[in-house]
Parts: sequence; structure tokens; C-alpha cells
Amino acid sequence: MGRSIKKGPYVDFRLEGKIGVMNDSGKKSVIKTWSRRSTISPDFIGHTFAVHNGNKFIPVYVTENMVGHKLGEFSPTRNFRGHAAKKDKGRR
Amino acid sequence: MARIAGVDIPDKKRGEISLTYIYGIGRSAARQILTKAGVSYDKKVVDWNDEDASAVRAVISNEFTTEGALRSEMQLNIKRLMDIGCYRGLRHRKGLPVRGQRTKNNTRTRKGKRKTVANKKKVTK
Repeated sequence: MGRSIKKGPYVDFRLEGKIGVMNDSGKKSVIKTWSRRSTISPDFIGHTFAVHNGNKFIPVYVTENMVGHKLGEFSPTRNFRGHAAKKDKGRR
Repeated sequence: MARIAGVDIPDKKRGEISLTYIYGIGRSAARQILTKAGVSYDKKVVDWNDEDASAVRAVISNEFTTEGALRSEMQLNIKRLMDIGCYRGLRHRKGLPVRGQRTKNNTRTRKGKRKTVANKKKVTK
């Protein structure tokens, strides 16, 4: 079920604050964040976030199309590298 | 045979059913269209007069996306997801289920025919 519209989109409070400060001062720097659950709001456009994926921070540059998605969607938590090679047992 | 929304030619069935032959129109959309056009659900397409047909055509072209337009719209939506590199886009790229279904087994519709990888040989001695 989606989130109630009444509440508006969820954005981490501190993240919102940081973005506000950066937009006011016109500065741009990478913001490290663990808040994967925050919705990307239009204020975020043009900023780069380092979104934690449980292991390291993945840099995410936010574009217009990404508004409405969550930060976590852009920082995959699983890394599938293919199946392990079959051990050569049984023969010999 | 009537020709509605481009290529489609539903035939001697009731209008409600016949319209579902158009891509993007199911039973409920068909009913909405017929209500708006003021044609009975039960009237067979053969029995439609020209006014009925043109009313139905008008409703579809004004209020519904069907066929090619709908397909390309869907493609665009998927392409958007793939371009922004979000999780759903990645799943689309890999041809795996997008909405969190399990992938240990099944999901053959997305994954396609089974690709057998290892040849498990029994120990023979």
C-alpha cells in the first residue's frame, strides 16, 4: 500500500535541512547518507548523494527523472557476480 | 466486420466482448466506452448502425490510449526506469521479475526457457 497523500512524501529531516542550506548558499558537495528511505524531492536535483548500501557509499547524481523515487533504489544492496563454478567432483 | 481504432476488426460478437479485441481495452473499459457512446452492451457489432460505430470511435480516440500509442507509452515508461538506473530499471535490464518475486525457481515468463548450465554426472564406478 502506498503512503497516505495527507502526510506528503517522506524525506529524512536532517537530509532536508542539509539540502536547504546547500541550496541557499549555492554550494555543492557530496552528501553522505544512510537514509535510503528518503523520497527524492525536486530540491535534490543536481546534487550528488553518497547513498549507503550496507557496505559502502554509492554515488548517486540526482536528475529530474528521479524525483519521486527513493534514494535507496539507486544504490543496490546485492551484487550478483554469477554462480560459483561447479567443483569437478565425481570424475577420477 | 467493423474497423475501430486502426487495424482491429472485431466481428459478430456482442459489443462489450468485441471491443476487447483492441489492445488496451478490457471488459471494463469496453463497458465504459459503450455507456459513453450510448450503445447497449448486448448489441452485436453487426447490428451497429453508422452512428453507433462513429460514436464508439469518437469515445475511444478521445479518451483511451490503445494499440501502438499504448505500447510505445509502456516502452517509454520502462526505458525511463532503465535510464535512471533505479532498482526496477536494473531488473528490467536483466530480464528478471521487477516486483520482488522470488527467483529461486519459477518466474519462467520473465526468465524465458530454462538454460541448463552444469551437467551433473553421477559417480559411476
